[in-house]
Amino acid sequence: MNRLDARFSIDYPGFRFDVACAVPLEETTAVFGSSGSGKTTLLRCIAGLTRVPSGFLQFDQAVWQDDAQGIFLPVEQRRVGMVFQEARLFPHLTVTQNLKYGMKRSNPSLRRIDFAHVSELLELESLFERRVSHLSGGEQQRVAIGRALLTSPQLLLMDEPLASLDQQRKKEILPFIQRLNRELRIPVLYVSHDLQEILPLANHVVLLKEGKVAATGPIQEVFSRLDLPGLVESNMVGAILETRIVEHEPQFGLTRVEFLGQSLFLPQQALPPGAPLRVQILSRDVSLVVGDPPATSSVLNTLEATIVEVRKSPGDQYAVEVKLDVGCPLLAMITRKSFYQLRLRPGQKVHASFKAVALS
Amino acid sequence: MNVPEMDWSPLWLTMQLAGVTVIVLLLVGTPIAWWLAFTRSRFRTLVEAVVALPIVLPPTVLGFYLLTALGPHGLIGGAWKDLTGSALSFTFTGLVIASTLYSLPFVVQPLHGAFEAVGKKPLEAAWSLGASKLDAFFTVASPMAVRGYLSAVVLGFAHTLGEFGVVLMVGGNIPGVTKVLSIAIYDHVEVLEYTQAHFLSAVLLIFSFLVLTIVYAVNRCLPIHVS
Repeated sequence: MNRLDARFSIDYPGFRFDVACAVPLEETTAVFGSSGSGKTTLLRCIAGLTRVPSGFLQFDQAVWQDDAQGIFLPVEQRRVGMVFQEARLFPHLTVTQNLKYGMKRSNPSLRRIDFAHVSELLELESLFERRVSHLSGGEQQRVAIGRALLTSPQLLLMDEPLASLDQQRKKEILPFIQRLNRELRIPVLYVSHDLQEILPLANHVVLLKEGKVAATGPIQEVFSRLDLPGLVESNMVGAILETRIVEHEPQFGLTRVEFLGQSLFLPQQALPPGAPLRVQILSRDVSLVVGDPPATSSVLNTLEATIVEVRKSPGDQYAVEVKLDVGCPLLAMITRKSFYQLRLRPGQKVHASFKAVALS
Repeated sequence: MNVPEMDWSPLWLTMQLAGVTVIVLLLVGTPIAWWLAFTRSRFRTLVEAVVALPIVLPPTVLGFYLLTALGPHGLIGGAWKDLTGSALSFTFTGLVIASTLYSLPFVVQPLHGAFEAVGKKPLEAAWSLGASKLDAFFTVASPMAVRGYLSAVVLGFAHTLGEFGVVLMVGGNIPGVTKVLSIAIYDHVEVLEYTQAHFLSAVLLIFSFLVLTIVYAVNRCLPIHVS
């Protein structure tokens, strides 16, 4: 597994950028934060496109920047793939020439990504003969992703690659990006301010606020922390569960998935049995039952849970947020009235019932 | 009307001068234009003003300073004389130097504009794809700025064709060495050889018209539209 160790600080007028983080680059790491939090600056520093005067950056054993020793590896020598918010294709070249621009410049002995494979993965064949200016936004971005991948990068940096696309195009591209790491095994650093892009994609999160790292860790943990009010709309994310599809029940329109040995039901999915599926639970969809769960209930999903932490909801004075452990963190948002009636306290065993939603 | 006895050497000399000048201008003007397009140095405005000076300065003023500098006792001419044995004033090389300075803004300004239109973004993409700075300049910035180059070459060439005052000051009127078209026309008119003056003028007029027409036509057909 790759590791990235980054320390950058610089004073801009009215904005201090001061980031220090050590991230294991396992599959996809999201850099998440509102606009102006310094996400793009961090990514550009890592790429070597922006040079802050005192910085340190190490990728695995290789030091890419260490101003204490006067080391700065120029961007073209870092072997990072970069996908920008706009596709930035070269208008004077064809789609194929664009795709091969970086590949031709890569060291043949380090090439491990095949032109045919990338073309197939991103469904690019039909675009080869087209003029760049005649591609749609989504097609352009697919070519840009392919072009970056074909350099066989050690690290793929994506700077809000979907931000300039409409909702429909986003849905088209997202599955391509999800397939990237599964099939090509390149660590991805993915910058976004959109939770709905990050939840299906990321394993790790670096949360930025006002130029500083507010939290970093596995996505399930970061988004279930109660001490980050206002940073994440925490009432949105209750839990992110990694499940596996067991079977479909077409007569009920349901799919049964397995999570830590227990069964959960979701609206029917298109994936085959055995396929991994990331499932999201919204905290307002969770209800808590003290004692035995009722034998008959219309709610299909119930997990045993232990209360970890309780606090008042920062957004809603009549709501209480309860952090539970169901084998992974789960947040529940309940009313203040229920909280007092159930006499909830940390350490207590309860049952959590919820509706589960598949992520993309 | 019979074709009079004509000395065509001024025409040939003018083409040579304009051709060589354009090549020198591209070599000198491109780095200046690039620097102007991308630098954040506070000297940028100063350099921009210096480059633009020949547009507003009377050619005789520029010519006078150049004559002084390129002459056998001048700063550049003197050094050149120590090196080669002859001064630069009243030579073809001297004319090339003078024309280069005189036409500099006409090459730098279109290139500057073109590079600015290309911007940093495609370059960053090229670098991230493993292209060195020079590689990205030749394979991305230059093809994207092709219209700028076209304008620069045409304007530089045409402006050098038409120069008069600077050439007269620096080059004088030596047949076959510094007697260019515009000076030859002036000479003919002075001795009332209107027929010859007509011929040379017509050649210059038609040539200029043709070149500009071709350039505008080519420009229209070029695939790159950098907004």
